[in-house]
Amino acid sequence: MSAETHTGSKSVMTPFNIVAGIIIAAGLVVTVLRFTGGLGAVTNLDDNNPWGIWIGFDLLCGVALAAGGYTTSAACYIFGLKRYHSAVRPAILTAFLGYALVVFALHYDVGRPWRLPYPIFVQQGYTSLLFEVGLCVFLYLTVLFLEFLPVPFEWLKKTKVRNILVKATLALTIFGVVLSTLHQSSLGALYTIAPSKLHPLWYSAYLPVFFFVSSIAAGLSMVIFEGTLSHKYLHRMMDQEYQRHHDVVVLGFARACSFVLFGYFMIKVIGVAYDNTWHYLATGYGTWFLIEMLVFVALPCFLYAVGARDKNTKLIKWTAVLTVLGIVFNRFNISLIAYNYHLPSSERYFPHIMEIIISVFIVTIGVVIFRFISTRMPIFYEHPLYKSDH
Amino acid sequence: MQRRRFLGLMGAAGVSLAASGKAKAAGKEFHGYPGSNAVLFDATRCIGCRECEAGCQKVNDLPMPEKPFDDLTVLDQKRRTNSDNFTIVNKYDVGREKPVFRKFQCNHCLEPACASACFVRAFKKEPNGSVTYDASVCVGCRYCMIACPFEVPTYEYHEALTPRIRKCHMCYERQLEGKLPGCVQACPKEALTFGDRDTIIKIARERIRTNPGKYIDHIYGEHEMGGTSWLYVSGVQFDQIGMRDVGTTSAPELTAGALAAVPVVVGLWPVLLGGIWAVNKRKEKIAAQEREEAVKNAVAETQEKAQQKMSEALTKAEESAQRRIDNEVKKAVDEALKAKEEEAKGEGEDSKQDEGEGA
Repeated sequence: MSAETHTGSKSVMTPFNIVAGIIIAAGLVVTVLRFTGGLGAVTNLDDNNPWGIWIGFDLLCGVALAAGGYTTSAACYIFGLKRYHSAVRPAILTAFLGYALVVFALHYDVGRPWRLPYPIFVQQGYTSLLFEVGLCVFLYLTVLFLEFLPVPFEWLKKTKVRNILVKATLALTIFGVVLSTLHQSSLGALYTIAPSKLHPLWYSAYLPVFFFVSSIAAGLSMVIFEGTLSHKYLHRMMDQEYQRHHDVVVLGFARACSFVLFGYFMIKVIGVAYDNTWHYLATGYGTWFLIEMLVFVALPCFLYAVGARDKNTKLIKWTAVLTVLGIVFNRFNISLIAYNYHLPSSERYFPHIMEIIISVFIVTIGVVIFRFISTRMPIFYEHPLYKSDH
Repeated sequence: MQRRRFLGLMGAAGVSLAASGKAKAAGKEFHGYPGSNAVLFDATRCIGCRECEAGCQKVNDLPMPEKPFDDLTVLDQKRRTNSDNFTIVNKYDVGREKPVFRKFQCNHCLEPACASACFVRAFKKEPNGSVTYDASVCVGCRYCMIACPFEVPTYEYHEALTPRIRKCHMCYERQLEGKLPGCVQACPKEALTFGDRDTIIKIARERIRTNPGKYIDHIYGEHEMGGTSWLYVSGVQFDQIGMRDVGTTSAPELTAGALAAVPVVVGLWPVLLGGIWAVNKRKEKIAAQEREEAVKNAVAETQEKAQQKMSEALTKAEESAQRRIDNEVKKAVDEALKAKEEEAKGEGEDSKQDEGEGA
C-alpha cells in the first residue's frame, strides 16, 4: 500500500482528509457534468434568474469575506498600528486564496470561461460596472500575489527577491486599498442598474457605499473568526510573537468593527430616509429587512463594544461569527431574495443541490490549501532568518 | 458621451483602451440616432393569432415548437421568450368581455441596459434602431440579463461550451436589405407598425387623440428607460398586461454616479492614504526624537545629580579627612606637648634627684 507519504509516520486517513476527500470527489463529478451538459444540467438558473449562489455566495460573499487582507494590511502599514503585524500574513494569505477561488468559481458560472481575459485584453466594455469589478479583481489578485510572495521566498530562503518585495510593501498596500475600495463598492453598484428588479428597501443609489463599508466589517470579523479557528487547529505553528499579540488583535479589531458597524447602521438608515421607503418596513420584506438590520448589524455592533470593554474575547469571537453570517445574509438578500421580488414564487430561484456541492467544494479547496501553506510556510510565525526586520 | 469614458482613466492602471471612435451625440443625453426605426404595437388590434411568432421563427431559422402556431391553447399559460423564441404573445384577462393580447420581444432601448452593462461590448445600438449581439466576444456572464428591466436577454443554458445570449434583434439584417422585420410582415391585423421613430410616435399620439375612450393616454416606450425603439399603445393600464413601470431613467444614467466615483477614488485615495502614512511616520519620528531627547536629558540630569552628590561627598570626605588630620595633628601636637612637658617635669625631678644624690 502506498500509505507512506512525505508526512512520514502520520496516516493520511485523518477525519479531516476523509471528509475533504469526499467533498472534492463530489465536486469533480459535478464539474464533469457542468462542462459536458452546460449550466442547465447542474443549476436551477433560468432566463428570469440568471445569477444564483455561484454569484451570490462564491463571488459576492467571497470577495467581502476576503476583505481582511486590505483592512489588516492598511491598519498595520498605513495607519501605523504595528501591534497588528502578526495578523497581516494570515489575512493576506486568506485574501489571496479567497480571490483566487472567486476567479476559480467564476469558471463554473460563466458560459465560456477561457474568454474571461476578454474584457481586459480584447474588447473593453468600460461603461460596465462588471468591467470595473473584473479589472480590479484581476489587478488586486496580482497585488495580493506580490504581497504574499515573501512567504514562499522566505521558505525557500531566497533573501534577495524577498527583500525587494518587502520594500514594496507600502506601495502595494496603498494600491491594494484603492483596488479594494473600487471593486468592493462596484459589486454593490452592479445592482444600481436594476431599480425595478431589486426591492426598494435594498435598492439604493448608495449601494456601492453600503458594500464598501460592510466589507470593512466583514474583513475585520473574518480576521477574528479565522484567527480563532487557526488558534484551535494550527496552534502548533504559532510562535510566541503571534500568540502574545493574538488577544491585542482581537480586542483592537472588535473595537474598530463596532465603530464600523455603527457607521454602517447609520448610513443604512439614511438610505431608507433618502429614498423614503419607511412604509415598506411594515411589510413582509420589511420584517426581513429589520431582522438584517437589528440582528446582524445593531446587535453585533453592541456586542463588539461590550466585548472590547470587558476584554471578553469569547464574546468577541462569537460576535465575529454573527457578523460574518450577517454579511452572507446581506449579500444573499440583495442577489437572491430581494432581487426579482416582483416575480411570483413559482418563478423564483432556489439553488440546485449540485450548485451547493460546487460551492462547498470550492470552500473546501480553500481550507485544504490554507492548511497546506500555513503548516509549511512562515504564516503564524516569523522565519528565524528574517526575524523582526519589518 | 463623457460618462462612458470615465473608466478610461483606469487605462492609467495599465490597460490599453481602444477608444470607440464613434461619437454618438454631442450632448450628455442620448435620444437615439436620428431617423432610426421603431415598431408600434397596438394592443387594441392584436387578436393573439401568433402569426408574428411564426414569422419570427421562420426568418430567424429558429426551431419549430412541438405544438403548431395555430394551436392557441398555449396562450392560456403565461409564457416568456427563451433561447428558441425571440417573441411571444401572452393573453391577459382584464375583466372585460374580451381578453387583451400583448406581444413581447426586445424593446431595443435607445440607451440599452444590456449594452451599458456588457463588459466586452457584445451589444450595440445600431443607427437603424436595432440592438444587436456579437457572440464572438461574449463571455457568458449574463449581467445583461440582470440589467435588462424588461427581462429580454435569454441564455442557452444547455449549451456546454458555446452558449449564446439570444434575443430579438429587430431583424437587423432584413432592415439593411430594406425588408420589414419578420413579425411586422406576418401580422394580419396591422397591430404592428414599422417606421422611423418620430413618425411612429406621431402615429401613436394621433390614434390616442382620434379614438376617445379607446386608448389610455400613455405611449409605453416613449420615455421608459430613457426611451425604446419598440412602442406600445393599449386600451388598459400597462401593468394589467404584464408591463411593469420601470421608470424613465436610462441605464447609463443609473450607473453614472458609481462610475464617476472611480476616478475620484483612484485620484484621491493614494493621496489620502499616503498622507495618513506620512503623518504616522512623522509622528513616529518625532516620538522617537522626543524619546531620545528625554533619555538624553534624563541621563544628563542623573549624571549631574551624581556629580553633585559625588562632589558633595568628596567635600564632605575632604572635610572629614581634614578634620581627622587636624585631629590627628592636634592629637600629635598635644601628645608631643605632653611628652615635652613630661620630659620637662622628669628633668626637674631628675635634677632634684641629682641634687638629692649629690647632697
